[in-house]
Amino acid sequence: MKRSKRFEVLEARPVNQDGFVEEWPEVGLIAMGSPNDPVPSIKIENGKVIEMDGVSRAKFDFIEQFIADYAIDIKAAEKAMAMSDLDIAKMLVDVNVAREEVTKVALGLTPAKIVAVLNTMNVVEMMMALQKMRARKTPSNQCHVTNVADNPVLIAADAAEAALRGFDEMETTVAVVRYAPFNAVSLLVGGQTGRGGILIQCSLEEATELQLGMRGITAYAETISVYGTENVFVDGDDTPWSKSFLASAYASRGLKMRFTSGTGSEVQMGYAEGKSMLYLEVRCVMIARGAGVQGLQNGSVSCIGVPAAVPSGIRAVLAENLCTSMLDLEVASSNDQTFTHSDIRRTARTLMEMLPGTDFITSGYSASPNYDNMFAGSNWDVEDYDDWNIIQRDLMVDGGLRPVAEEEVTAIRNKAGRALQAVFKELGFPAITDAEVEAATYAHGSKDMPTRNVVEDLKAAQEMMKRGITGLDIVKALANTGFDDLASHVLNLLKQRISGDYLHTSAILDKDFNVISAVNNRNDYRGPGTGYRISPERWNEIKNISQAIKPSDFDE
Amino acid sequence: MMQINEEMIREIVTQVLQGVDLPQQAKPAVVGGRSMTLVEKGEAKPGTQADEVVIAVTPAFGKFQHKTIVNIPLSDVLRELIAGIEEQGLRARIVRILRTSDVAFAAHDATRLSGSGIAIGILSRGTTVIHQKDLPPLSNLELFSQSPLIDLPTFRAIGSNAARYAKGESPTPVPTRNDQMARPKYQAKAAVLHIKETEHVVPGAKPIELEVQFQ
Repeated sequence: MKRSKRFEVLEARPVNQDGFVEEWPEVGLIAMGSPNDPVPSIKIENGKVIEMDGVSRAKFDFIEQFIADYAIDIKAAEKAMAMSDLDIAKMLVDVNVAREEVTKVALGLTPAKIVAVLNTMNVVEMMMALQKMRARKTPSNQCHVTNVADNPVLIAADAAEAALRGFDEMETTVAVVRYAPFNAVSLLVGGQTGRGGILIQCSLEEATELQLGMRGITAYAETISVYGTENVFVDGDDTPWSKSFLASAYASRGLKMRFTSGTGSEVQMGYAEGKSMLYLEVRCVMIARGAGVQGLQNGSVSCIGVPAAVPSGIRAVLAENLCTSMLDLEVASSNDQTFTHSDIRRTARTLMEMLPGTDFITSGYSASPNYDNMFAGSNWDVEDYDDWNIIQRDLMVDGGLRPVAEEEVTAIRNKAGRALQAVFKELGFPAITDAEVEAATYAHGSKDMPTRNVVEDLKAAQEMMKRGITGLDIVKALANTGFDDLASHVLNLLKQRISGDYLHTSAILDKDFNVISAVNNRNDYRGPGTGYRISPERWNEIKNISQAIKPSDFDE
Repeated sequence: MMQINEEMIREIVTQVLQGVDLPQQAKPAVVGGRSMTLVEKGEAKPGTQADEVVIAVTPAFGKFQHKTIVNIPLSDVLRELIAGIEEQGLRARIVRILRTSDVAFAAHDATRLSGSGIAIGILSRGTTVIHQKDLPPLSNLELFSQSPLIDLPTFRAIGSNAARYAKGESPTPVPTRNDQMARPKYQAKAAVLHIKETEHVVPGAKPIELEVQFQ
């Protein structure tokens, strides 16, 4: 065939390097509306659900049993289930219906009914609904801080810069698992250098993640994964009850936590039972609700390449975020992992959550260059900081970040590096040299860092766990080395576990360690003039970008 | 937590040093996608030799799927893993795990069959993990989660590092690769490959001892 030059140009576009597949409903490779999705129904006898979505109690799988017994509000169920799908969808969109009225109905719905409601909505309607249903009034943002070398100084410096730029929560993970304790300490010290009150976590195998939390090295947890089919749960040696038990282990120590789930995980693991990705994800949201956790990270997360490859997949991802908010949970709305080569596509995907605002619009934004992102790349990275800031300015929307000056950034990165250097020295870990601190101060990524002795670091990181080092040891090390402000930040973070206020839905801490949550910062959106509005101070911060020419820059 | 018992290390080292033909150098691997036959030898039993590393392959490996997600022949992959183990003077034993297509659990099952307690788990699409007995199933010594990025020299290095863990050494981990565009390009394909692999899972089935014959 003689080739069209236009088609050749189109073929070379980034979007055509993405993977797309046709729907394959038999195995669940379908985002929304699988012919195998159940028809909504509920029967209640003596205060117990005896039939749900066409399945009788005797035939419930363990997920259905868990949802029927713990997630559905029996008192609200019959009335809510009797409403038409469209009437519920209209309540979600209608600015005259308060958030609380909607959650009352939503908590009485079965998984298939919630899916049926979401199926009636287009993305603009879902965004309207999300703006109202988000739990915390003020939107916020989370970032990833990682690097391919697990370089501790670089983690600390990147975390400090990210805090300065406006992230309220930070997450790290590892290239090599045994580095985990060092990554967590580096993130803790770096984050608290950037600003007091930053919440940090280290995403790991669950037992180690819990241990680091109990030690007071991390301040919250998120990687507690739940799934929409029994087989995927069983493959991970888990059940909704074992996950609930893990959740209560965090609660018992006064640690914030949320679950994680997302469309596509079941089909990715080969056990979707022919159901749509959204239907299975709604079951996950309801497991989170039933387990009593305050929040959920969803929005496909690491499986985003799967829904993104099928029709209406990105709409399904927005729908699952909305479902989380409808059930009165904190939503960390993903927008984290790469799913496309196309800058246009990745921006379109993020506007779905950035414009309405969520509890954490990205979870997270890569605060390291993507080549260093050990979550296999984020949809947004450090090289997009200015784009993000300018989108906020163009649309007058609060995406949680702010423009910063270069000299502020290098100063804070340097301080974080020096603080970590002092902590390492004080605790007898392998030395961080002045050259490393200097490199981290001005680095873009791990390629700009001198290499460390990995074997020695790994040995010391294991030793750190064996020696029983806790958050208090970090406080002491900082105080002993003249970093009194940072010592007091880390100590204040530890104190949160005693008051427990940051266990409320959607909690973050401000720079003075005040809790901002869905309790004292309740989303009261009821249309124009209500809900979250950008304050004059915040608007000044957003609009003052250094790139803008001032009238005074011109000659007379 | 990784806990290597010191006595165990000594024992392994002694056994390794006593190994009959120690100076045997691994043959340089021939790359070219020649076929292989995996002969099933019945149920795999726990090994007693501390100088063995078990390679656990998943249900479709070499049987229904013959190349990785980036079309590297699985015969070459297995050859490199084995060569990596042998160049450290240890022996490779191959088993097929049928009860799961989760690479972490497959590898973890295999650590209990491995005389050294070290096993490598590999999915048909190429995802690989080095695992150690007594670690939590979802933890690991080294994980290579981005299957499109694993090439043959990396597979050889993985084999070699696994063998070094089995000897009680602390090798520098094989450098992790990262490509943020691997997911956009390959995740949907990975899902399809995994569905096809998972179709061959036999719940509750015992692991099977395999003998590999390269043609």
